[in-house]
Amino acid sequence: MKALGHVFKYGDNVDTDVIIPARYLNSFDAQELAAHAMVDIDPEFAQKVQPGDLIVANKNFGCGSSREHAPLCLKTAGVSCVIAETFARIFYRNAINIGLPIIECPEAARGIEAGDEVEVDFDSGKIYNRTKGTQFQGQPFPEFMQKLIAAGGLVKYTNSKK
Amino acid sequence: MGMTMTQKILAAHAGLDYVEAGQLIEAKLDVVMANDITGPMALPILKQMSDLVFDKDKVVFVPDHFTPNKDIKSAENSKAIREFAREQGLSWYFEQGKSGVEHAILPEAGVVAAGECIIGADSHTCTYGALGAFSTGVGTTDIATGMAMGELWFKVPSAMKFVLTGKPGKFVTGKDIIIHIIGKIGVDGALYKSMEFAGDGVSNLSMDDRFTMANMAIEAGAKNGIFPVDTLTEEYLKTHTKKEYKVYEADEDAAYDEVIEIDLSKVRPTVAFPHLPGNAKTIDEIEAMEPIKIDQVVIGSCTNGRISDMRKAADILKGHTVHEDVRVMVVPATQKIYKQCIAEGLMDIFVDAGCAVNTPSCGPCMGGHMGVMAAGEKCVSTTNRNFVGRMGHVDSLIYLASPEVAAASAIAGYIANPEKVGDR
Repeated sequence: MKALGHVFKYGDNVDTDVIIPARYLNSFDAQELAAHAMVDIDPEFAQKVQPGDLIVANKNFGCGSSREHAPLCLKTAGVSCVIAETFARIFYRNAINIGLPIIECPEAARGIEAGDEVEVDFDSGKIYNRTKGTQFQGQPFPEFMQKLIAAGGLVKYTNSKK
Repeated sequence: MGMTMTQKILAAHAGLDYVEAGQLIEAKLDVVMANDITGPMALPILKQMSDLVFDKDKVVFVPDHFTPNKDIKSAENSKAIREFAREQGLSWYFEQGKSGVEHAILPEAGVVAAGECIIGADSHTCTYGALGAFSTGVGTTDIATGMAMGELWFKVPSAMKFVLTGKPGKFVTGKDIIIHIIGKIGVDGALYKSMEFAGDGVSNLSMDDRFTMANMAIEAGAKNGIFPVDTLTEEYLKTHTKKEYKVYEADEDAAYDEVIEIDLSKVRPTVAFPHLPGNAKTIDEIEAMEPIKIDQVVIGSCTNGRISDMRKAADILKGHTVHEDVRVMVVPATQKIYKQCIAEGLMDIFVDAGCAVNTPSCGPCMGGHMGVMAAGEKCVSTTNRNFVGRMGHVDSLIYLASPEVAAASAIAGYIANPEKVGDR
């Protein structure tokens, strides 16, 4: 499985309140949420994002609230992968559970800029910056999480155990 | 190598004698809780796994975020969990008027107890660590799975130990201590880890102080915050819950990533400046700045809406009036606290001072309703997050503080030192 697209770049501590502000949480309709993705940090994001595009950020991406609406709105908006130095733990779990690919890679977070064209190979964890001609190795998921992802998320994994 | 307090609770719930940091386990759950934002979204996911919840005494719903419902969509969401709770015959469904903010009502109603393994689809679920439980926030799919199966996977966390010594000063509360700590270690200083509080200083902290501190462990990125169980905890448990509880202690030789000593007598009233809970400034640093004029004050929330918070705010406000340029929302976190405020005369103090007193709700804390801010406005709030746009407009500013600092600021019209209220 691969991701390919252009990069939206953000800094440290991108919190779930800016990914999807609470004022939109009276709905959990994925399309409706996607229309407001990132609105408080990048008001044009939802208009500009193309299917396959990536988000690259620094430390502690997705900190704050437990709202699963956050990874869901990014995935529905077309984001194919989020690369960050580190992720906040609830966002990390939520992203895996809903099938939004995420990769921890501090080198890539530093070596990729906004607008770069980036390709990610999920099987190897390799990240190619096509614009700059550079390559990075992301952290592979632990075996258990690979099983979860391979099963198609937590719900399918849970049902497969019954 | 020994285990931390968190590791011991997780091992017991995974049916293992021993676990170590990094290990992936599946643990049995004692309480699985969701609210009116995360709950409705969980129901269709839950139904993909099971028609029934795993245990009607252990699955809990608290509609508290957009309640009393602010619009039709949130009313539909609340209705969905209300009907589900009825249909499933759940023992713990907390309706408005008999309820409150989730992390205040669950300990108060005795739903959570020491030694338990608890998940909630709300990031501040870490609050119950104050009672000596393992308690952590999760998202919707995790909570749906927990509700269906009664167990969930966890990565066993490593821990940071905070050794508390000394006694806090008169106007220093759990809020000041936890903002001080987050200021020291950063908003990702405890990422994926447990924050275990220990030391003689713990006995100088009230249960409400401990709830406030455990509540904000997530603001340092922690998986959970946890306090040892002492006589004060046991007294609280005995007067609040009928559940049997179990006391776990960290092993003497437990491994910690870091041990940080905090002398509580040296902590000053501390405020977190926009836009991170770790932007800590002491009241002395603030007094050396140009006065920061404010438009709004919120006293309440799962962090600081308990009775001792109400008493502290009222003590400061008594005999004063709120500054003409400031509006104040006081939000007792539960119906019981609301009644206590009436019985103790605190309500008169608030209303006479010119505060609005809201019914229990999370409303203003997350910019939901009942206290949303306009562009350029500044708020001193006893809540837990001061992110961009958290309480309303993206250009509004939030300063996180204790009830005393919030009350003193309400009177002064700028961020003020509660030690000096009498001077005016």
